[in-house]
Amino acid sequence: MSPAEAARREDFRAILGMVRPGARVLDIGCGEGLLLEMLARENGVVGRGLELSPANVSLCLARGLAVVQGDADHDLADFPNQSFDYAVLTQTLQAVRRPREVLAELLRIGERAIVSLPNFAHWKMRWELLTCGRMPMTRALPRAWWETDNIHLCTLRDFTILCDELGLKIESSMALAEGQAARPIDPQRAIENWRAESALFLLSRK
Amino acid sequence: MDKDPMNRDVREAAAYAQEGGTLVFGPDKPLRLDSGGRLDHVEIAYRTYGTLNAERSNAILICHALTGDQHVASDHPITGKPGWWTQMVGPGKPLDPHRHFIICSNVIGGCMGTTGPSSINPASGKPWGLAFPVITIADMVRAQAMLIDALGIDSLFAVIGGSMGGMQALQWAADYPERVYSVVCLAAAAKHSAQNIAFHELGRQAIMADPDWRGGDYTPQSVRPEKGLGVARMAAHITYLSEQALQRKFGRELQRDGLSWGFDADFQVESYLRHQGAAFVDRFDANSYLYITRATDYFDMAAGYGGLLADAFLKARDVRFCVLSFTSDWLYPTPESRAIVRALNAAGARVSFLEIDSDKGHDAFLLDEPVMRNAVAGFLASAGHARGLGHETLGHGDLGHGGLE
Repeated sequence: MSPAEAARREDFRAILGMVRPGARVLDIGCGEGLLLEMLARENGVVGRGLELSPANVSLCLARGLAVVQGDADHDLADFPNQSFDYAVLTQTLQAVRRPREVLAELLRIGERAIVSLPNFAHWKMRWELLTCGRMPMTRALPRAWWETDNIHLCTLRDFTILCDELGLKIESSMALAEGQAARPIDPQRAIENWRAESALFLLSRK
Repeated sequence: MDKDPMNRDVREAAAYAQEGGTLVFGPDKPLRLDSGGRLDHVEIAYRTYGTLNAERSNAILICHALTGDQHVASDHPITGKPGWWTQMVGPGKPLDPHRHFIICSNVIGGCMGTTGPSSINPASGKPWGLAFPVITIADMVRAQAMLIDALGIDSLFAVIGGSMGGMQALQWAADYPERVYSVVCLAAAAKHSAQNIAFHELGRQAIMADPDWRGGDYTPQSVRPEKGLGVARMAAHITYLSEQALQRKFGRELQRDGLSWGFDADFQVESYLRHQGAAFVDRFDANSYLYITRATDYFDMAAGYGGLLADAFLKARDVRFCVLSFTSDWLYPTPESRAIVRALNAAGARVSFLEIDSDKGHDAFLLDEPVMRNAVAGFLASAGHARGLGHETLGHGDLGHGGLE
């Protein structure tokens, strides 16, 4: 399991706690359908997926999941307004071309959005940048700048400001870290912007 | 458990039931047509592979494409060639006669045994010709529903088809949602585009320009518009292939050394197309070609729903859909499939969609495409699991065949 994959699975456990039983969930970038399967099994969720890789879509089909091939930048428009209780985007917002539009789309499609992303203001990032003067490579962001898919990295503070601009309410926030249970945080506090390696948000419209 | 796969295949190939026949429906069961008319005498020619289980829950209807027929996985009676979908239908294949009861019937308007323009018009005692009513995709589906009724099947486990067969599969979900558990729609569209209609019109004009067409009355005059039908097939065949596939197969290769400086088939691609045209006229009827192309041109699922395709599927929310397209298909390109997926999403249906990377053009759905095979196998296996289909229900458990669960 890659470190990024491990981070995803930590997200999944926290997401299971956020989603109410029997809800309709759209998982954007659902990969091999692991989260959708967990949600269906443990929360009785009616799940749908959007996934870029044809091989993964094929795997999802064999698992009995309803998954559409496509990507967050282009294909969210295919989903009707308020057709899901939750739209989930894990560790992907930083890799899309238009994160602001995608975030708005999530809350057009879903009554709530669940979004996780790495925090570029984590102390390890700041330290590496300060001491080495190079783009940080950490557990959450393991690849070199020239090969990473992450083109729109942001900090906790950046994200809360964007949510505010889009009129989105942050209903709850969790800090995620390796090998630890998700920890509820106040994302406005400067200390969390230092401490959270990665964060998970439950969003709704104001 | 037999450990030798070769040996096992041989035993399995011989072990499933195959039947074919023609059902006749009289004036007591007329086929109502979209045009407003009806057919009081209808014959439906079909083939089945496998056995209907005790619960009558394992039936799959395959809908064939424009010039296809019911001979899906058995040799064609005219050409002697293997069935047109042996890649997908057979023991160990996604559609497996050991676990499924697989049905395919010739469409209404066709020329392989089902009533069409070459059938005898009971009123005149002569072939229908152009007196045959114009038929639609929904008419084809209504005829299939009559067949399914006659076979004693309430609900189909799956309706599956490519191209025009995919259109019928979608129409099944719209018209008989309570009778369909799942739908697989391959390389199709929910309507014919201007370009689709244009190519079909080219084919029809080629047929009607042939002096031997005789206003559609060629059979009583003992002639056949073979030239026109051949040209129609040549033009259509180009639309079934991608540019890359044609280039890879033929390039500018010549038939013999040097050019003829005339109009013989100098290039291999010319010879290939002429062969396709000539072979086609042996097995297909020109008037059927007119009627079936017309049916696809008239196809526009949204038309009956105020232009809202999603509304066609509002009653099909419980149907499982699998929509597949191919990257190099320019006849029914991926955006057409995406429009179907968008509508199904808007209707709240359970839809999966995959665009398969292939350079083989529209015909890819008829070829050995492992990604398509795996996707359909996975989709049907999981749908079968949800419907409670297991191989033990088919009474072949003693054969110990491997397969997807």
